Amino acid sequence: MTFPNAAALAGPELILAISALAMLAWGAFQARTTTLFTAAAVAALILAAVAAAFGPHGRAFSGGLIADAGSAFAKVVIYLASAIAIPLGERWFARRGMARFEFPILVLLAALGMGMMVSAGDLISLYVSIELQSLALYILAAFHKDDEKSSEAGLKYFVLGALSSGILLYGASLIYGFAGSTRFEVIATAMTHGAGLGALFGLVFVIAGLAFKVSAAPFHMWTPDVYEGAPTPVVGFFAGAPKLAAMVLLARVLSQAFGDSVGQWRQILVVMALLSVAVGAFAGLAQSNLKRLWAYSSIAGIGYALVGLAAGGASGIQSMLMFMVLYVVDVTGFFACLAALSRGGKPMESIADFAGLVKERRALAISMTVFALSGIGLPPLSGLWGKYYVFKAAAGAGLAPVAVAALVGSVVAAFYYLRLIKVMWLDPSPGVTDAPPMEAKLVTYGAALFALPVVWIALIYLDPLAQAAAVALSLR
Amino acid sequence: MTGILSLTTYAPLIGVAAILLLRFVGKGDEARATSAARWIALATTLATFALSVLLVMSFDRTQSGFQFTEDAAWFSGLHYHMGVDGISVLFLLLTAFLMPICILASWRSIETRVIEYMIAFLVLESLVIGVFCALDLLVFYLFFEAQLIPMFLIIGIWGGKNRIYAAFKFFLYTLLGSVLMLAAVLAMISIAHTASIPELMRYHFAPGVQVWLWLAFFASFAVKMPMWPVHTWLPDAHVEAPTAGSVILAGILIKMGGYGFMRFSLPMFPIASHQFAPLIYTLSVIAIVYTSLVAFRQTDMKKLIAYSSVAHMGFVTMAIFSGTLQGEQGALFQMLSHGVISGALFLCVGVVYDRMHTREIAFYGGVVNRMPIYAAVFMLFTMGNVGLPGTSGFVGEILTLTGTYGASTWTAIIATSGVILSAVYALTLYRRIVFGELTNPALATIGDMGGREILVFAPLILATLVLGFQPGLVFSFTNASTVHLVDAFRAATGK
Repeated sequence: MTFPNAAALAGPELILAISALAMLAWGAFQARTTTLFTAAAVAALILAAVAAAFGPHGRAFSGGLIADAGSAFAKVVIYLASAIAIPLGERWFARRGMARFEFPILVLLAALGMGMMVSAGDLISLYVSIELQSLALYILAAFHKDDEKSSEAGLKYFVLGALSSGILLYGASLIYGFAGSTRFEVIATAMTHGAGLGALFGLVFVIAGLAFKVSAAPFHMWTPDVYEGAPTPVVGFFAGAPKLAAMVLLARVLSQAFGDSVGQWRQILVVMALLSVAVGAFAGLAQSNLKRLWAYSSIAGIGYALVGLAAGGASGIQSMLMFMVLYVVDVTGFFACLAALSRGGKPMESIADFAGLVKERRALAISMTVFALSGIGLPPLSGLWGKYYVFKAAAGAGLAPVAVAALVGSVVAAFYYLRLIKVMWLDPSPGVTDAPPMEAKLVTYGAALFALPVVWIALIYLDPLAQAAAVALSLR
Repeated sequence: MTGILSLTTYAPLIGVAAILLLRFVGKGDEARATSAARWIALATTLATFALSVLLVMSFDRTQSGFQFTEDAAWFSGLHYHMGVDGISVLFLLLTAFLMPICILASWRSIETRVIEYMIAFLVLESLVIGVFCALDLLVFYLFFEAQLIPMFLIIGIWGGKNRIYAAFKFFLYTLLGSVLMLAAVLAMISIAHTASIPELMRYHFAPGVQVWLWLAFFASFAVKMPMWPVHTWLPDAHVEAPTAGSVILAGILIKMGGYGFMRFSLPMFPIASHQFAPLIYTLSVIAIVYTSLVAFRQTDMKKLIAYSSVAHMGFVTMAIFSGTLQGEQGALFQMLSHGVISGALFLCVGVVYDRMHTREIAFYGGVVNRMPIYAAVFMLFTMGNVGLPGTSGFVGEILTLTGTYGASTWTAIIATSGVILSAVYALTLYRRIVFGELTNPALATIGDMGGREILVFAPLILATLVLGFQPGLVFSFTNASTVHLVDAFRAATGK
């Protein structure tokens, strides 16, 4: 493999890395953020998405970087989600007089890390990419630095994240020790030749580390606190794309390095999935803060995605990809809607704040209703289709009882989504809301429109793409 | 005539679009937009009714298969597949028939958020018609489940005092049933590799699998129906729902349970259906006897009729699973007739509720002195509910009982007591409200039914009597399909 070829395979990463460094220098001299600066970051992300979608496929850097249909699919979603997060966050901070030029750069670096995660082909690039992504996110969580809760969120996220990275690294070292290589395909060969129990032991730690990143129970403890404390648009960002990246990475590790041990890791995933659904459903019932509530909702969501992944094979991975993509759109729209709403300058965060919203902000309230109903998984909204894929894969893989248990959990969770709808539609309004900012409104409406009519057509195109991606991810 | 099914299904949505458009165009003039919404909703439902009449007229009664089919590939192996047969076509007609009546009945009784109300009803109509037309499992599920949203809002926004509780109970009960059905639907798709309902009817699931699938579908349809002991959401939902909401709920929505049993459980899982028939008989008989007794003790008019609905649906479930031709025909007839009669009874309650704003039976008494027309109309539908010969209620009851008698004598014998019990509670209700002296001074000024109300009841009266004297009209449509259904069921169970 010549260097130009390798560079072509790493095209999106190079675009992002160079842009981030160049913008860092630019920002340092300019010392403030401008519209042009933000636009440049968005342009870099869109360019990277185009490069990922139409770039060549193959392996580079001794198999450390894999560019295939799977990574391309995930990268496009990740980069676009990041591109949306930049103007949302930028304007949000600007309204609070906290606009800083580091924000777009940090998002770029996080996107770079996530892109590398979905392309990782060995344990080293796996670890490095996760760390790159996480470090950027820790800072983003604490970006509202005068706010106690935001600082607390950043610190909590960092300490627990570091712990999970340690666990992950420990697992990776065990796998390397027993399999003799860090490359996924070599590990797979070693596994067929009896690398056995020790490497599996390592895999358990790797799964635990990744489970932390996607906030699957029982590694979910950080989620509600961090969601509550971190700035709303930042939460919208890291509730979506990073989880997709970590799930894709998990899918790649499990199927490309440990594809033969499906019987072993499936049990772990099933337990985590059911725990996540249960925690998400029952703990969510007790929440009065909407950001915390959505943290639990995301825990339950990851539970469903894990059910799909546990089904294994291309159909299982496809179901996970479809679920996560639809989920990313929903959650981005939801937090954009949350960022758009405030009463008297105070952000609306408790469920009671939303009383009678439909009378004051009809379109936003209807969008919020759409996201809540989509969370329940009711037709005709996009949430149903995520569940459709996941549970169909589970039923096909003989995991029907797991699917039934998870679906029953979703009925429990339906209660808190309904309560939000009830508050918005049926309760009297306490006062007047502030005029919502344009960019947050646009993102909200876009996501809501996607969840209701657009998804019906989008699925026709997404379905084969996700299938090709899943086939690539499940191939050795 | 291809495309007429989709046209009928989505016609109400055209009305929704028109209402929204007018609202945006005539911005600010709330009163005019409200009145326009009422008229557009009425016109749309009438047009949908006209379409469904056209559909029924051109329906070929000699065929047992699906007609007017539309089939287009979608994604991931799913199809947009629509079609009707003798079992579903009359439900479509019933839905389109009741909807304009509901809109008229809400003309004056709904004063708040009228535009949203009309939109909710039109969306609901579209979804209900879709349920009866869908020939793809997942498309069926989409229509079936999506109804929860407008119905939740109808009960929750325009309902009575305790509406929030009722709306949540309705939603969560139904959702729990339907997610189990969703699991079964997905399992069926992954086993049979098709979601097409006609193909699944020919597919033979292994008996062990049938049991689980049957139970999952049962969970959904039993809640919808509702069968004892999962009926408890129904009285709450009825009591709190606005009058038209009750009409739709009793007239159409709960029929989807019976339709589901006939469309899925019986033809797709015949062995399990046969195996579980004793369970159904037991639950049905309990529903008939127990809820009839419960109905007798109610002090709220709507609650009484709600419990009577549960009892009447008991006849339907036992007849469906009897697997006999009279049973199936009777079950279908009973559902159609109950759709008309129970809808009319809820409207009767609505008439006095609109005037006095209470449904307490004890509040009324002697209204015949002030409302003779009302008394006559209420009498007719009470008799229909009791099953008096000449009304449609009689035909359904006698057929369900004879059909069940052939399959399980004891069930039929006990169920017959339900006929007497229904006379007890229905006539008692009638006596306490209509007969006697006007004792409550508040009733002294109550007025009789006006022109709009008579217009609402006229088609219902006509339907009850026509179906009562000419039941053959219905059977000419249902015969071919039910014969086919029963033959397939017999062949599969070896009876």
